[in-house]
Amino acid sequence: MEIDFGVPAHIVGIDLGTTNSLVAFMDLTGPRIVPGADGDKLVPSVVSIQPSGEVVVGNPARALLLTQPERTVYSVKRLMGRGLDDVQEELKLFPFRIAPGSESVIQLKLGERIYTPPEISAFVLRQLKQNAEKYFGVPVSKAVITVPAYFNDAQRQATKDAGRIAGLEVLRLVNEPTAASLAYGLDKRKNGIVAVYDFGGGTFDISILKLQDGIFEVLATNGDTHLGGDDIDNLLLKIALEDVASEWREDLSGNHEGIQRLRRAVIQAKERLSFVPVTNIELEYRGKRYQREINRDLFDKLILPIVERTLVPCRACIKDAGVSIDQIDEVVMVGGSTRIPLVLSAVENLFRAKPHTELNPDEVVALGAAVQAAILSGEVEDQLLLDVTPLSLGIETMGGVVSKLILRNSTIPASATETFTTGVDGQRNVLIHVVQGERELVKDCRSLARFDLKDIDPMPAGMARIEVRFLIDANGILNVTARDQRTGKEHSVEVKPSYGLTDEQVEKMIRESIEKAEQDFAERQVREARVEADTILTAVEKARRHDAYFELTDAERAAIDKAVNELLLVYHSDSLDLIKVKIEQLNQATLKLAETMMNTAVRGALKGTKI
Amino acid sequence: MSDYYELFGIPRSLNLSLDDLQKRYYELSRQLHPDRFMRKPEAERQRALDMSSALNDANRTLKDPIKRAQYLLRLEGFDIGEQGSKDVPPELLEEVFELNMALEEMRGGDDSARPQLEQAESNFTRMMSEVDQQIQALFQEYDNASKRETLGEIRGVLNRRKYIQNLLNEVHAELAPQT
Repeated sequence: MEIDFGVPAHIVGIDLGTTNSLVAFMDLTGPRIVPGADGDKLVPSVVSIQPSGEVVVGNPARALLLTQPERTVYSVKRLMGRGLDDVQEELKLFPFRIAPGSESVIQLKLGERIYTPPEISAFVLRQLKQNAEKYFGVPVSKAVITVPAYFNDAQRQATKDAGRIAGLEVLRLVNEPTAASLAYGLDKRKNGIVAVYDFGGGTFDISILKLQDGIFEVLATNGDTHLGGDDIDNLLLKIALEDVASEWREDLSGNHEGIQRLRRAVIQAKERLSFVPVTNIELEYRGKRYQREINRDLFDKLILPIVERTLVPCRACIKDAGVSIDQIDEVVMVGGSTRIPLVLSAVENLFRAKPHTELNPDEVVALGAAVQAAILSGEVEDQLLLDVTPLSLGIETMGGVVSKLILRNSTIPASATETFTTGVDGQRNVLIHVVQGERELVKDCRSLARFDLKDIDPMPAGMARIEVRFLIDANGILNVTARDQRTGKEHSVEVKPSYGLTDEQVEKMIRESIEKAEQDFAERQVREARVEADTILTAVEKARRHDAYFELTDAERAAIDKAVNELLLVYHSDSLDLIKVKIEQLNQATLKLAETMMNTAVRGALKGTKI
Repeated sequence: MSDYYELFGIPRSLNLSLDDLQKRYYELSRQLHPDRFMRKPEAERQRALDMSSALNDANRTLKDPIKRAQYLLRLEGFDIGEQGSKDVPPELLEEVFELNMALEEMRGGDDSARPQLEQAESNFTRMMSEVDQQIQALFQEYDNASKRETLGEIRGVLNRRKYIQNLLNEVHAELAPQT
């Protein structure tokens, strides 16, 4: 083990959520959340692009959802790693503005510009990175990022791409429920079986783990990446829209601002209902007023189907884990939606155990990510996470049938090897179609990628022997390598992802974002120089009324006027150097003035002093 | 690369203590998992990835008695392809024939075959547990004497088991579709 005497590398843990995102780190006392500039720990996962190209993220962007809905986007996590066909349901409910050419990677229109979901997530990540850098006072370049356990390969890859675009080296993707168990396990140090029920803004996960002497072994995981608190909001929104339509005789559904205000109103009512038995959905908009009482009984009836949908993966997960319900010692609740009393009681009924809610369900995933970051940095040595792949991995065989290579709930890293050959004489390429899912037929599974084994030496059909290794790494991402069995040489594999960005596209986005970041930095410096100029100009104007000013010679006063004018001339230029030079010249020109003022002040002070 | 038994440092036996296996698995995971190699050079990280994926594959294989037996048969040079499991074991011929008739009827929408299928389900379930006992005895026999004939017998029983398992799956699918 080498000893690292360098600066402590701040590896941060990031929870990139559907609704909110957080960044955390580990210090001697344990994992801690880094607050944003506004003091808020939660950074809403909302991004707005201003006409100038300025990117607004978090709370300020959330405010812009009301006034500039056409250039502001939220819940973009629902689109990560998905194709247009996958998201038809979301498009009915969310105001995503899809640009043409979105078949394999969705393109979103924000104002005049077009972005892919990883680029938008990168804006959120960059904000979190900046928050951490400001907090530590040093650059942050490495991160552990959490993903829903049930995310497939494309969704994981898209998250990793987002990290890279944001200038972060993503050391590890960790499953959200597993991260939460790390945060809980840290001070508990118990042995036993734990279930983690993670009901967030847009996704649902259930994981069952075995904890033993610091080993966190996931036995099974299940979930639904299209199920979250958003769905509850949409139910309430639908009712409220109908009410408004009949009361105001006005259909708000086409009105971005109106619908955002109404959505905000139902979310607030939903959140209040977790603490009070009855509340109102209230909206005042364009001089009109809408109010509807909603009590918890009605709310529970409404959301019961959604809550029950979460129990289906729970039962499947218990079965896959090979445990009985009595063997599950504890249940941990994660995600904002677990604050809902009906969710709590449903979970308690199913698992016959009182759910743990000691840690803030919004923060626990980020805290766990920070623990994993500390495991990777070597600060935490006695804990280890053994996670699983949520979906079976297979390849397409004759007749569109899937041949499974790595079964779901296999501990990762996991690998499988298959030998491929040619079907016709002299064939140079073999195409391998990799899919993810549990069904028998390719058309019912999710296409992951096509791998092209190229440059096979021409030989009679069936003679080539290419050994292909499929390896799912600790991030849950597939790596494919191929080797010619005869020559033992590594074989080139060209990857064509079915959904997602190619490496070249990501590289291009990284380059652009670096340029952008440099430009941002330059702009910030210019802005700061202008602030400095403001300060000195104001001081000079004040000094002109001071006695000391009249003690100066005409030439000295003329020099000051000249320097002031020259600074004003360059003030609005974008040249940092020029502004700085002119500030310095004004400083020089006013040296004598400043000195005289000091002396007068001292003289004044001395006069007032009683000896 | 060493075989799964060597990786775990245990003798090549068919019966083994799952508690001991898990203890060794956790111990080896602590040493080999990629998390432990994050700050090491690329080559070492790659090796950790290879080793820990092999360890996980080994654990999956050894902790399941059937997979374990198949693996050991392969190690000892036995061919354990699918061929054997497709031929109907002679002693089951009549039963399988009747079962197929009943399955056809069910698929044709005739629910009157249900009791017959349920009967078949309980028959095959009983057979499965007999086969499992047989396997258990053969495992013991092999671990005591390490005779190749025993492995041959095990292969036969494994094929029979696979066959019955497939039948059971079909019956389950027909009796309780979409679960």
